[in-house]
Amino acid sequence: MAEDITIPAWKKWLQDIGDQVGFFIDFFKNIFTGGFEWSEFVRQCYEIGYRSIALVSITAFIMGLVLVVQLRPALAAYGAASTLPATLSVSFVRELGPVIIGLICAGKIASSIGAELGSMKVTEQLDAMEVSGANAIQYLVVTRILATTFMVPLLSLLGDVVGLFGGFLGVNIRDSISFHLYFVKVIASLDFSDFLPALIKTVFFGLAIGFVGCYKGFRSNKGTESVGVAANSAVVTASLWIFVIDAIAVQITSLLFYK
Amino acid sequence: MNLVKEEAKKTESTANTKEVVIEIKGLAKSFGKKEVLKDINLELDRGENVVILGRSGSGKSVTIECIVGLLKQDAGSVKVFGAEVADMTDKELKALRIKVGFLFQGGALYDSMTIRENLEFPLTRILKLDDQKEIDKRVEDCLDSVGLLDSIDKMPSDLSGGMRKRAGLARTLVVYPEIMLYDEPTTGLDPITSREISELILSLQKKNKTSSIIITHDMECARIVADRVVIMDDGRYIAEGSFDELHRSGDKIVGAYFKDIL
Repeated sequence: MAEDITIPAWKKWLQDIGDQVGFFIDFFKNIFTGGFEWSEFVRQCYEIGYRSIALVSITAFIMGLVLVVQLRPALAAYGAASTLPATLSVSFVRELGPVIIGLICAGKIASSIGAELGSMKVTEQLDAMEVSGANAIQYLVVTRILATTFMVPLLSLLGDVVGLFGGFLGVNIRDSISFHLYFVKVIASLDFSDFLPALIKTVFFGLAIGFVGCYKGFRSNKGTESVGVAANSAVVTASLWIFVIDAIAVQITSLLFYK
Repeated sequence: MNLVKEEAKKTESTANTKEVVIEIKGLAKSFGKKEVLKDINLELDRGENVVILGRSGSGKSVTIECIVGLLKQDAGSVKVFGAEVADMTDKELKALRIKVGFLFQGGALYDSMTIRENLEFPLTRILKLDDQKEIDKRVEDCLDSVGLLDSIDKMPSDLSGGMRKRAGLARTLVVYPEIMLYDEPTTGLDPITSREISELILSLQKKNKTSSIIITHDMECARIVADRVVIMDDGRYIAEGSFDELHRSGDKIVGAYFKDIL
């Protein structure tokens, strides 16, 4: 209902933090309460994953290509142009691929979840679900958060592969390298410690994107304007979380793998 | 002979005993500094239709949202089937909500589902029915009762406002609720569709013996469906009676609602 303007900003901020923690606990409890909505989960995986393939692929391809074109003069100055495939693969698989795909997903998926649930709130569909005795958290939140947690790593893997193809094209703009030799160099430069930590952090990216989208949508106000606000703040907050998670993940990875 | 008379009296008195299904006492609710409900007292008997009239923003919807536990009151008591709603556990509240149907203003249909899926949703998720034949029968019967069987596989976006409200009503009725709460069921509809919805509410009351609270501004709807009308002003109920009794009332505020009624 109406926002209470008498509450100070710091108190509202604390209330919001508490509310987010409560929302996450609700989500977590509902994973295990039985009656998992498999059909809705599969539908969400399709909506979130399959429908993002084109966007992720195009972005990753262009990023791979552009990165090589930008890196080449710097490496060539040191006579190291031949290390382009290795430089690209390490930087793309370790860092750029996951973060860029994470940000793309934050823009596309978090906003879409926030707007969808926000409009369900405005049109009283969330209230209708609640007063009918159905478990809205299980049907709407658990399925969406688990679908993003599952699909964002897969999209990130896809982005890595497509980005390396983009790099192949980029290398061949100025130099000439065979497809076989390019990928031999790429695979030789990659290690288990490049691949696994990056994959693990994308799981957390997916969790953050789904959680933020659902939270912003569920907690939006009942005016039509709040749908836009929910979508917008979902993108901003999810993007911010991606950088925060990335910063933490880099510290943990360097402690564990790059001593 | 006396014994027969006494038995007859006893039977008559049992028949006249009213079973109160909703009992509200001293209900108060504020949002920030705004006191929306100040002292609401209301009883709903089994099989009765009560219409609540009041100006926009007077807290009519807040009252019925407190009945289903969507909002928690600041003071007072809301009892449904004798149990205090505010004290209910999540499980008890869920059980209560199966017995109390709530029709939202716009129908609140789930717009990613067809009308069939909308009606199947409470049957499979709440009543946990798994016999597809029974589910199909219930869905088709309910849609037939609101005249929407032809639209069973349509999406909510393909329906008009009146059809959406009827589909929303069918979804609420598919679990056979004992109490119905209608939040402005005819708002935004043309007079003919409004009349159809009002007659539908009345026929459902007679057919299913449901008890209903109907919030409306539509005096024609109130005239058709009401056994009793209460009028709300400044967070309180200021008048109560049958439609005709209130129509004849000399009170200025009450009269304002009925001034265009012949």
